[in-house]
Amino acid sequence: MSEETMVRPFSAAAFNQYIAEHKLMAARCKKCEGVYVPPRAICPNCHSDEMEWVETSGNGKLAGFTVIYSGPTFMAEQGFDRKNPYISGIVELEEGVNISTRITGINPMKPNEIKIGTSLSVDFVEFGEGETKKTYLAFKA
Amino acid sequence: MPKTKSLTRGVAVVGAGMSKFGAFAEKNSRDLFVEAFKEMTKSVDKSFDSSIIESLYVGNFSSDQFEHQAHIAPLMADAVGLTPRPATRVEDACASGGVALRQGVMAIASGLYDVVLVGGAEKMMALNTAQVTEALATAADVPFEIPAGFTFPGFYAAMASAYMHRYGMKPEHLMNVAIKNHDNAALNPYAQFGVTIQKWMEGRIAAAIKKGKPAPTWSTIWDFLHDEAGNPTVAWPLRLFDCSPVTDGAAVVLLVAEERIHDFTDHPIHIIGSGQASDSALHDRPELTTIPAAKIAAAQAYEMAGVTSKDIRIAEVHDCFTIAEVIASEDLGFFAPGEGFKAAEDGVTARNGSKPVNTSGGLKAKGHPVGASGVAQAVEIWKQMRGQADARQVDGDVPLALTHNVGATGSTCVVHIYERRN
Repeated sequence: MSEETMVRPFSAAAFNQYIAEHKLMAARCKKCEGVYVPPRAICPNCHSDEMEWVETSGNGKLAGFTVIYSGPTFMAEQGFDRKNPYISGIVELEEGVNISTRITGINPMKPNEIKIGTSLSVDFVEFGEGETKKTYLAFKA
Repeated sequence: MPKTKSLTRGVAVVGAGMSKFGAFAEKNSRDLFVEAFKEMTKSVDKSFDSSIIESLYVGNFSSDQFEHQAHIAPLMADAVGLTPRPATRVEDACASGGVALRQGVMAIASGLYDVVLVGGAEKMMALNTAQVTEALATAADVPFEIPAGFTFPGFYAAMASAYMHRYGMKPEHLMNVAIKNHDNAALNPYAQFGVTIQKWMEGRIAAAIKKGKPAPTWSTIWDFLHDEAGNPTVAWPLRLFDCSPVTDGAAVVLLVAEERIHDFTDHPIHIIGSGQASDSALHDRPELTTIPAAKIAAAQAYEMAGVTSKDIRIAEVHDCFTIAEVIASEDLGFFAPGEGFKAAEDGVTARNGSKPVNTSGGLKAKGHPVGASGVAQAVEIWKQMRGQADARQVDGDVPLALTHNVGATGSTCVVHIYERRN
């Protein structure tokens, strides 16, 4: 089956494979045209199972955020701690769907100055080398 | 709309008890469950033989991760001499206890059993803080939320950021919730942190002096709560005192069918409303300032009970974080959207206010052994409705009360309404 005709499953693994390829993809329902991130194999709106992958615009705005001072181990391994906190947020895409993401390009030390509604565009953060390389979804101011 | 769903026969609480909440290195979840069970048996008014119990439902989030022990329901049945009766573990993250209660209610309403034991237990303190944080994070939508770096304080902090933006709340407003809940917990001998924030601050100053260190210069609790040394930021805008603690504990209630009530007590607490709803991960909701599943569960419970939010005298709500109590008080219809934080500031939700919330000290100060919390809420309601809450007893009668228990960021919510008729 060629790349063009093969439809990847609407799974977390497939979504993450697209992220590794620096694409933020959504599942779109062929019946009602609902768009979903994370992807759904069954449309939550009309319950059709005829879905397709579409690439999102990658443009959105900040809907909510936090500056995390005490994160999970994998974030500590990436150099984040109390002295070097990071921003996690929820971004509303132009398509009207929201996604949890890292936020870059904004100073985490001045949270009072971070504005809900700030325009952001998709970015991809890589950590590790070779086999252990992992790509994370981010949005940049 | 489908027609109102109702219980096909009445169900009442006729006994309730909890273990002390806290950190107990020598106790596992089974030991804590036994402790709660013994407290429950003492609370039953008439003489009571536990062999009459027909089934057990236990709320537990993750004994697998916390104590490397799965399949705990039969172990608990065995520990209190109830085998071979059916014993079922119920898991819906931090709503496990409330959902176990609902399973017990449904088991009786169905006619299958007349006498059901409902428990909740969690043993969390065997792991360190980082390990607990990661165990709790498994209640999220792991592949889609966790790579963003989110923690549970982080999710609720993101909700708080949206709430602040929309309604003009400041982080300081949330401190009123923590102060109130510590004030209540100071009067609850079962609470993990049975001290006011004032006493806590004084203890920190005394400890520094005793160690020969420079004494902190906090003169009021507001100094303390604003100081990174006293109240460090965990996930902005939430600080340590905005977060419920890590806790070991268990709680148990005894449910019976209405026709059996008087074998146990003449002062039962009837469960007249029950609602439960599910939802997607936090990011997939149209608004971050409300928990839709809570509104849906509450609407179901109010409709079943035939009452409104105005009729509720007291409530135990899921204050895993201070912002969660504010949002809960709005989702339950006690206050309009954007008004919940003002109600906390104005003392409306205080023990002597017009709508007391979390008289037990809440998850914040009583403690949050996650699978036990939903059942422990019912234990507090039992005590308050029967006038047995001692120093923290609210004034006047409590004819109607409510519990609100949330799993994760609101992907599960379960609400119960309780009535005292005599």
